Amino acid sequence: MTFTTFIQHCLTGISLGGAYALIAIGYTMVYGILLLINFAHADIFMMAGYFMIFAMSSLPWFISIPVVIIVTIALGLAVEGAAYRPLRMAPRMSIMISAIGMSYLLQNLAIYLFSALPRAYPTIEPLKQNFKIGEVSASLVTFLTPVLTIVLVVLLMQLIKRTKIGMAMRAVSRDYDTSKLMGIKINRVIRFTFIIGSALAAIGSILYFTDRMSVTPFSGLMPGLKCFVAAVLGGIGSIPGAVIGGFFIGISETFLIAFGYSTFSDAFTFLLLIVILVIRPTGLLGETITEKV
Amino acid sequence: MSLLEIRDLKVNYGGIEALKGIDFAVEEGEIVTLIGANGAGKSTTLKSISGLVKASGGEIWYDGEKISGIDPQKVVAKGISLVPEGRRVFPNLTVRENLRIGAYLSKDSSAVEADFEKVYALFPRLKERHWQSAGTLSGGEQQMLAVGRGLMARPKILMMDEPSLGLAPLLVKDIFRTIKEINETGVTILLIEQNANAALKIAHRGYVMVTGNITLSGSGSDLLNDASVREAYLGTSAG
Repeated sequence: MTFTTFIQHCLTGISLGGAYALIAIGYTMVYGILLLINFAHADIFMMAGYFMIFAMSSLPWFISIPVVIIVTIALGLAVEGAAYRPLRMAPRMSIMISAIGMSYLLQNLAIYLFSALPRAYPTIEPLKQNFKIGEVSASLVTFLTPVLTIVLVVLLMQLIKRTKIGMAMRAVSRDYDTSKLMGIKINRVIRFTFIIGSALAAIGSILYFTDRMSVTPFSGLMPGLKCFVAAVLGGIGSIPGAVIGGFFIGISETFLIAFGYSTFSDAFTFLLLIVILVIRPTGLLGETITEKV
Repeated sequence: MSLLEIRDLKVNYGGIEALKGIDFAVEEGEIVTLIGANGAGKSTTLKSISGLVKASGGEIWYDGEKISGIDPQKVVAKGISLVPEGRRVFPNLTVRENLRIGAYLSKDSSAVEADFEKVYALFPRLKERHWQSAGTLSGGEQQMLAVGRGLMARPKILMMDEPSLGLAPLLVKDIFRTIKEINETGVTILLIEQNANAALKIAHRGYVMVTGNITLSGSGSDLLNDASVREAYLGTSAG
């Protein structure tokens, strides 16, 4: 492998990792607040792919992008309101099963509405522009994804650290009852979490699919599972952890493929999951929360 | 009319009657204490006033208005704060953030700033440690923080659930002195204590609870001198 191809693969890996990171944040934030693995998150990401196809068929890209983000947020809120909110007081297993059901519902809805055949993902011209730095060439989206990811993550961390709603999110993630005593509306905080998670999933989907050409109802499945592993790797509940996990999985997957082990690239991710759960279940940046009595 | 009036309040926890219909009242400016053994229903009483636990019967009246059945967020907005049992500070927030979140519903930032200063004046230790995360504080400091956080909501009634629990004797004295100080600034106090002796000493009035009922009431000093109370809760027999 020459130095140029090495750099080329690094770029591809970092770019894929950025998209993974954006999706992984959605898993980790919802887990932080609800202690729920939101299995439907992968399918919201897939749906965002379809939304883009339809938006671009009649709108220019710069209007399509905000439209897709808004519609994806609406879908995320609808899932929360229909499948999770009614189960707020139910045992955790029930809400988990509801999440799995919601995931299949969205997949089958997509099959029903859009058929299982792949649909071509529209080209966002400016994102596809080729750049050349020395010997290395890549499309703009490859450069843009990691930069955008880092910018969004920094903004998100500031939001959580410095704003009142961010403070409420941190409080609710630890203690529902005491948060209520402070006057915090729990449902509002949970909705806000879903808004952020869905918006990031929409942005992640645009960046991811722009490099992939097509969307099917199962397009969310693999990236969704990988991003879930990324969130676990980083320490579920931790946003920087999810970002590190996303980049790690994106880069290692790219290099496995580059070295000719593409058959094993998915298996590697899940092997990683097992290894983390055995060796360090709290992940890289996760903390053990002692069960409150 | 009393500031807070509890009428025939009943609470069930899955078939178990935690409160079997209690009546009591708190007048403006008072310190009222509920004493009783573990499981008497003291915490349940405070939780149902604050809206965390729904009553199965009876009514709660506050300031001429029926508040039973409303959400905890609305109860605190009306001016009733609860300092929960076991302090329950947010360990992942800093001391200052814990106080700030106590004033979550306040939209007036200059009022919040003034309240910060009041709480810091009451508990200088919190000011020294305002940037630390609350999880790193000692038990006594966490209790100060929990009380301070309760005050940040500018309550008319501050309810406290076992503020002395698990504290060293010297700190217990401090906490009770502080409760008196807070009361002297015009805040009505409803206090639950296992440390009946200390609670009755500072309380204007007290109620004795036994397994979901109120069995005795009277002024703090009357209850302190009551033979049955002394025997049951103060560990000394009369005389």
